[in-house]
Amino acid sequence: MNISNQEYGRIVKRVSPPSSMTKTIPMAFVVGGAICVLGEALLNMYGAIGFSQDNAGAMTSLTLIFLSALLTGLKLYDRIAQHAGAGTLVPITGFANSVVSPALEFKSEGYVLGLGAKMFIIAGPVLVYGISASIIYGVIYYIQTLL
Amino acid sequence: MDLFLDYLWAFLVGGALCAIGQVLIDLTKLTPARILTSYVVAGVVLGALGWYDPIIEVAGGGATVPLTGFGNLLAKGVRRAVDENGLLGAFMGGFTSAAVGVSAAIFFGLIASLFFKSGTKINEK
Repeated sequence: MNISNQEYGRIVKRVSPPSSMTKTIPMAFVVGGAICVLGEALLNMYGAIGFSQDNAGAMTSLTLIFLSALLTGLKLYDRIAQHAGAGTLVPITGFANSVVSPALEFKSEGYVLGLGAKMFIIAGPVLVYGISASIIYGVIYYIQTLL
Repeated sequence: MDLFLDYLWAFLVGGALCAIGQVLIDLTKLTPARILTSYVVAGVVLGALGWYDPIIEVAGGGATVPLTGFGNLLAKGVRRAVDENGLLGAFMGGFTSAAVGVSAAIFFGLIASLFFKSGTKINEK
């Protein structure tokens, strides 16, 4: 097998996670925290230019998702994710990355069943369980309003 | 000073939510797809119990940017839709409140995929 030192290091790192937890957890904390600070700054900015609280939140998501799609396209997001782990996964940018990354990767398998279908390989389950949970809650909440 | 505290709380709470995700990845071998799904469902549950809004109160973006915030948004949307439309609202609110995030991810994802070349993926998850 012909692999570079860097790749070898990466494989070792992936196979032996417990020994590096002292690194992975602070990294996830700092990078994730930084993305949230960016979100907070965007929230304040959109609020200041006149968006309602709800719409400022939506604009913030929109902006973060756009940035994530751009960085994923430029192959930068996955490079950061290698070091940040859950720090780049848990924020909404991670959700966007989970949509863009497979779409881009499977483009070669066609625009419909490649790009179009694989786009939902992670976002699909998120929506299935997220939306279903919200419907269950909606039914419970409706029954509560009747009582 | 107040503004600084806002950002500090956003950093601490957002960072903590991500650190919990990292602990789950390192200790349980949960895949990223499972982490994302669990976070959204956890957000729906926390939102339904009314426990998430107080966290947003303190942390702002630190609570809305992580995917638990997306789940909370689903719960909030469903509550509003049921208030307005009765039982039918249970089938409306989730998608209504998820609309911007999901539409943006799909559309920007499509544009990015068309525009950029698919190179070798750097890390496989």
